[in-house]
Amino acid sequence: MHGPHRLDAIFAALADPTRRAIIARLASGQASVNELAQPFAMSQPAISKHLKVLERAGLISRGREAQRRPRRLEAKRLAEADKWLERYRRLWEGNYRRLDALLDELQTAGKERKQR
Amino acid sequence: MKHAALQITTQGDRELVMTREFDAPRKLVYDAHTKPELVRRWLLGPDGWSMPICEMDVRVGGKYRWVWRHNTNGSEMGMGGTYREVKAPERLVATERFDEAWYPGEAQTTLVLVEKGGRTTLTQTMRYESKDAREAVIKSGMEKGVAASYDRLEGVLASAAQATR
Repeated sequence: MHGPHRLDAIFAALADPTRRAIIARLASGQASVNELAQPFAMSQPAISKHLKVLERAGLISRGREAQRRPRRLEAKRLAEADKWLERYRRLWEGNYRRLDALLDELQTAGKERKQR
Repeated sequence: MKHAALQITTQGDRELVMTREFDAPRKLVYDAHTKPELVRRWLLGPDGWSMPICEMDVRVGGKYRWVWRHNTNGSEMGMGGTYREVKAPERLVATERFDEAWYPGEAQTTLVLVEKGGRTTLTQTMRYESKDAREAVIKSGMEKGVAASYDRLEGVLASAAQATR
């Protein structure tokens, strides 16, 4: 996969909270499917489905040990997605933090008016 | 109060979708997107910019015009468009075009606000004219980012990258 298609696959893969949790777990070292399934209230086939999505996006890969086939993180691919979105995200997070403060202010002002 | 992290993801070929939760009723979030005196207080982009022009005629077919100015070097960036759908306090659809566009054509933005238990989930969908236009937006990141804090996903990405370096 190249260009936009690859980008789509990465972002689609990262849009799911379970898959982000799997990524976070693999960040501390490779793990087997069983080990990955443990923290989630999920069947092994359900976890395998998530792993397939991550694998297709190139975010994880399989080790060669015959029995365990541990999954590991492909950090390069992750860094690529991160870089693309980082500036965009920062810009909007900056905007939305200001909006948080403004909304707090408006709500406080509304309450004070009611009390008067 | 900790706010839910900003999520940005792609949808289909030409769309970018942002989702964020706010600790306020949607009437207020809607006001903050439709009243110029409120919009100019938060829709500022990176630090150091202000919004000297913020004109909005919020009705179907009405126009808006926004201009940002850098507080010290004086450079300006402007954009505007037309409102296509106006349904207070839940939905706002508008076109957008930047004066010095770095992506081809016009985009359409759709704001949807859903309130639950006094909190509001905002979904902003940007639909670009082509796949290439969307890529241009993602890659440019619009402007130099400010040193804002990272949310969960960014945190995960960063720590993951570091752990395997």
